Amino acid sequence: MALDGPKQDFKYIGTRPERPDGWDKVTGKARFGADFSMPGMLHGAILRSPHAHAKIIKIDATKALALKGVKAVVTRADFPEGLEGEDWNIQENVMAGEKALYDGHAVAAVAATSQLIARDALKLIEVEYEVLPHVTDVDKAMAEDAPVIREGAADYSVPEGMHPNVVRYMESGRGDLEKGFAEADLVIEESFTTEAAHQGYIEPHACVANLGADGKGDLWCCTQGHWFVRQMCTAVLGLEATQLRVTPSEIGGGFGGKTTVFIDPVALALSRKAGRPVKLVMSRSEVLRATGPTASASMDIKMGMTKEGKITAASGTFRMQGGAFPGAPVDVTTMLAFANYDIEHVHHVGYDVMTNRPKQAAYRAPGAPMGAFATESVLDELCRGLGLDPIETRLKNAVKEGTPATFGPKFPPVGLIETLEEARAHPNYSVKLGPNQGRGVASGYWMNWGGETSASVAIGDDGSVQVSIGTVDIGGSRASMALMAAEAFGIPYENVRVSIADTGSLGINEPTHGSRATFASGLAIIEASREATRKLCQRAADKWGIDADAVTWEDGCAKPSGPNAGEFDPLTIAEIAAEMGSTGGPISGHHESTPDGFGGSFGTHVVDVEVDPETGRTTILRYLVVQDAGKAIHPAYVEGQFQGGAVQGIGWTLNEEYIYGEDGRLQNPIFLDYRVPVASDLPMIDTVIVEVPNPGHPYGVRGVGETGITPPLPAIANAVRDAIGVRMKKLPLTPPRVLAAIKARD
Amino acid sequence: MQYHTPPSFEEASRIAASASGTTRFLAGGTDVLVQLRSDLVTPDDLIDVKHIPGVKEIARQEDGGWRIGVAVAGAEMTEHPDLGRDWPGIVEGMDLIGSTQIQGRATLVGNLCNGSPAADGVPALVAAGASVTVTGPNGARDVAVADIPTGPGKTCLEKGEVISALNIPARGENGGDAYLRFIPRTEMDIAVVGCAVNLRVDGDTITEARVVLGAVAPTIRAVQACADALIGTTLDDAALEALDKAARAACEPIDDKRGTVEFRTDVAGVLARRAAKIAYARAKGEQS
Repeated sequence: MALDGPKQDFKYIGTRPERPDGWDKVTGKARFGADFSMPGMLHGAILRSPHAHAKIIKIDATKALALKGVKAVVTRADFPEGLEGEDWNIQENVMAGEKALYDGHAVAAVAATSQLIARDALKLIEVEYEVLPHVTDVDKAMAEDAPVIREGAADYSVPEGMHPNVVRYMESGRGDLEKGFAEADLVIEESFTTEAAHQGYIEPHACVANLGADGKGDLWCCTQGHWFVRQMCTAVLGLEATQLRVTPSEIGGGFGGKTTVFIDPVALALSRKAGRPVKLVMSRSEVLRATGPTASASMDIKMGMTKEGKITAASGTFRMQGGAFPGAPVDVTTMLAFANYDIEHVHHVGYDVMTNRPKQAAYRAPGAPMGAFATESVLDELCRGLGLDPIETRLKNAVKEGTPATFGPKFPPVGLIETLEEARAHPNYSVKLGPNQGRGVASGYWMNWGGETSASVAIGDDGSVQVSIGTVDIGGSRASMALMAAEAFGIPYENVRVSIADTGSLGINEPTHGSRATFASGLAIIEASREATRKLCQRAADKWGIDADAVTWEDGCAKPSGPNAGEFDPLTIAEIAAEMGSTGGPISGHHESTPDGFGGSFGTHVVDVEVDPETGRTTILRYLVVQDAGKAIHPAYVEGQFQGGAVQGIGWTLNEEYIYGEDGRLQNPIFLDYRVPVASDLPMIDTVIVEVPNPGHPYGVRGVGETGITPPLPAIANAVRDAIGVRMKKLPLTPPRVLAAIKARD
Repeated sequence: MQYHTPPSFEEASRIAASASGTTRFLAGGTDVLVQLRSDLVTPDDLIDVKHIPGVKEIARQEDGGWRIGVAVAGAEMTEHPDLGRDWPGIVEGMDLIGSTQIQGRATLVGNLCNGSPAADGVPALVAAGASVTVTGPNGARDVAVADIPTGPGKTCLEKGEVISALNIPARGENGGDAYLRFIPRTEMDIAVVGCAVNLRVDGDTITEARVVLGAVAPTIRAVQACADALIGTTLDDAALEALDKAARAACEPIDDKRGTVEFRTDVAGVLARRAAKIAYARAKGEQS
C-alpha cells in the first residue's frame, strides 16, 4: 500500500492522557463477560472428564433432565457431523466425541433456571468411560510405546516411521553447519525444557448466547476477537456466518488465550435446544483445566563462537506438545530461535506432538519464549566460556536493516542494536552486585502482525468524531486510537469517542492479537480520518467556490492552501459539521485492508536477582526492559505492555507450571498452586522506549505487546546462573529445583 | 441446608449434637465457604457462631494472659495495640494468611479447626502453650491447642463440640516468639514449611524453649529435641547447628506439588535457625 512515510512532528501522539475507559473500569461500571444478562436467561454448566484419556461408552442424561428447572442437555450428538481440519478440532475440543482426550475435556452440558440447579444436574448425568493409557509429557509422547492420541492426525510433513503423536515436522536453515562449528573456538551443546504456562488472565471466559431454531442468533462474550468467535461458532454449529452477531464485552485480559472458543458454541447449542438465552461462565479451575495454556517444550541447542565473540553456527531441535490436537507453535519457535543474530550457518528442526492435555492456545508471542530460553542460555554460556560481555557480544552479532534473517528474508529497519546500546548505558547495568546476587541479559524478537482490518470514523453534528473499530481494547487501545484520530483531524483527544463495533457493524477484523491493534486499527483510523478530512475540505471548497485541491486540512480546520486559492477565513470542523446535512449529507471515512507493513520489535532485558542459598528462592531485585516501539502513541501504555510482558515472563520462569500427576490429572487447577507472581514479588519494572520508526505505518508504529515476554525466561535464568554458578536447564526455577542444584554444586 | 445463628455456644453445641448430616461451624468462612462453593463440602447444617456475644473480643485476663474470641479476624489481631507486643510470633503467623480482604474475615480458631498441617496460625499458638475452651454436650473443657489437630483435616473435637474461646498464657518476663514460613512467592500461598519458636532468656542464656514445625508431618509438631538444643545455650553456632539437625530429624513430610521431602526437610532446619534468632532477639528486647 502506498503510504506517505512516517510522520515526524506530532501534537497529540506521544502524550499521556487518561484512557477513556479508565473510570468505568476502576469504579466497576464497565461490563465484562459475566456482567451481561437477558430476560428469561438460563444458566449453563459443563460436565468434564475426570480422565486424561478415556473412551466414552455411554452418556445417560435421563435423571438430569428429570430434575425440576433443567431445560436442556447437550452432548456431541447435538453438533453437526462432517467437519474437517481446524473446524473439527475446535468442535472436538469444545465437546468430546468418541473419546475424552484430557482431564477437563467437556463431555456434556446442561442449561437450567439457576446455576445451582445446573450444577446439581451435572451430578445426575451418568457417563460410562473405558479408561485408556495416557501420556502428558512431550518426550514420552514421541517414544515408541506411547499411547496413540489419534491415528491419522499427522499431516504430510511428518516423515514415515515417526510415532503417530508427531503430527507436524519442520526443518529449515542455511549454510554448512559442520564448517561453521569448525570455525568456532568454543562450541556448546545443551538440552532444555520448559513447562506449559497459562495466560493467567484475571477474567474467566463468559458468554450469553441466544440462538433460534431458524439459525439466527446473538452472542455476547469476553473475547479478543469477535469475528474469530463468529467464524468458529458458526462452523462448529453449521450456521451461516452473518446470521450470528457477536458483541464483545470489556475484557479482563486475554494474552492470546481469548482468540479461540471454549464455551461459546456450547452455550449456543444449549440455547438452540432450550429455546432461551443461556449464560455460561467458567470457574478458575475450568479455565486452568480446559482452556488453552501454551505448549511445553523440550529442546537441544548447539552454538559455536569465535574467541572474538562472533557466532559461527547454530542448530536447534525443538519438540513441543500442544495438547490433544495439532497446533503447538513450534513453527514460530524454530523461526525465531536464532532470529536476533546474523548467523551464516544455521539449522532448525521442529516437532509438533500431541499429548493428553488441553488444546493449547496462543500465549503472548506464542512459541518464542521457549526457544529464546534455550538459545539465549547457550549464548550466555558461550560468553562466560570466552570471557565476553553479554551485551558487547550481542552487539557484535545483532541483526540490522539488510541482514538476512535466520528465517529467510532480509530485515527492514529494526531496533535491536539501539535496545542493546540503551541497555548498556542504563544505570541498572552498572549497579554493583552483592553476595548471592547475579545479573542476566537476554534479547528477544516478535515479528508482529497486520491482519484483516476494517474501521470507520464519522463526524458528529458538533464536529466531534466517532471512531468505530473491530479490535477489542485490552491494553489501552481506545486511548491510542483516539490519539491517532485526534492527530489526523487536528482536534483535541477529548473530542474523539472510540467504540468497539460488533460483527454486524464492520467488515471482518482479526482479533487484538499478534501485537496488531495499535498498528493495524491505528493505520485504518488514520486512513479513514484522512478520507473524512478530504470530504471536509470538499465541503469548504464548495462553500468558497474554489477547487478542492486548493483546500488543505490543518489543526482541525479547512484552509485555503495558499494565497492563490483566495482569501477565506478557515472553516472549523464544527462549522462544517453543523451544516453537513444541507451540504451533502453525513461525513464519514472508512478504511479496510490487510496491511503487511507491520514492523517487528526487538527488546533487550537486564535483570538482577538474589538467590537464597539455603532455600533456593529467587528474588527479582531489579528489572529493565528496553524495547523498540517504532513510535509510542501513548507512552504509558507502551510501558505497561513492556512491564506486563516482563511480569508474565517472571512468573513462567520462577513458579508457573502445569503439574500433571501419574493419573494424568492436573494437580494445580487453582491460583493457589498455579503461582502467578503477586505484586509484592516484583520490583518496579524499569522501562526505556526505543523509537526506530516503522516505515509501514503512517506514524511509524510497531506492535509492542508480545516481544516483552520473549527475553525474560533466559534473562532470569542467566541471572540465576550468575548468582549460583549453575546453569538451570529446566523451567520453572522453583526453589526445590534451585536448592537441589546448589547442593549438587557444593 | 439449614443455616443457624445460635445466641450461645451451648445452643450451637445443641444444634450440632442433634444434627444428623454434615455439620460445619461458620466464623470467618474463609475455609468453609470456599469448600462449599467448590463442592468439596455441602453441609446439611451450617452454624454461624458470629452472633454469640463476646466472639469478636480480644481481652487481657487478670493473670496477664489473653482470651481471644472465635470470630476475631486476623486484621483485628494485627491492629491490636498490645497483643502483638506480648506475642509477636502468634500475630505474625495469623497475619501471613491470605490477602488484606481475607484478613478482614479469617479467624485463628478457624485456622485451627481446618486441621491443616500447614496452618500458619497454629504453630506459634502451640509454641506459646495456648489452649482452647471447648463447649460440648457435657459442658465446657479446656484442651491444649497442640492436641486439637489429629491429622490432615481432622481434629479431636467430638460431635456437638465447638471451640468457644482461645486462651493464650501470660507472656511473662524476658520472653520472645517468632514464626516463619517458606513459600515460593511473598504472599498468598500455603506454607511449604512453617516454624514457630518461643523462648525465655536469663541474660544471654535460654532457659525455656518450644520449637514447633508445620507442614512437615501429618500434624503440626512440637519438637522437644529442638527445644533441648536451645535450652542452656546463648544461641551460639553450635546450638543453631544442633537445632537445625533436630528440626530436620523431626520431619516426616510428603512429596507433593508444593515441595519435595528433601526440600521440606532442608528448609525446616533453615527456618528453625532463622526463627530462633528472631525469637532470641525479641526475648532480649533487641527487636520488636
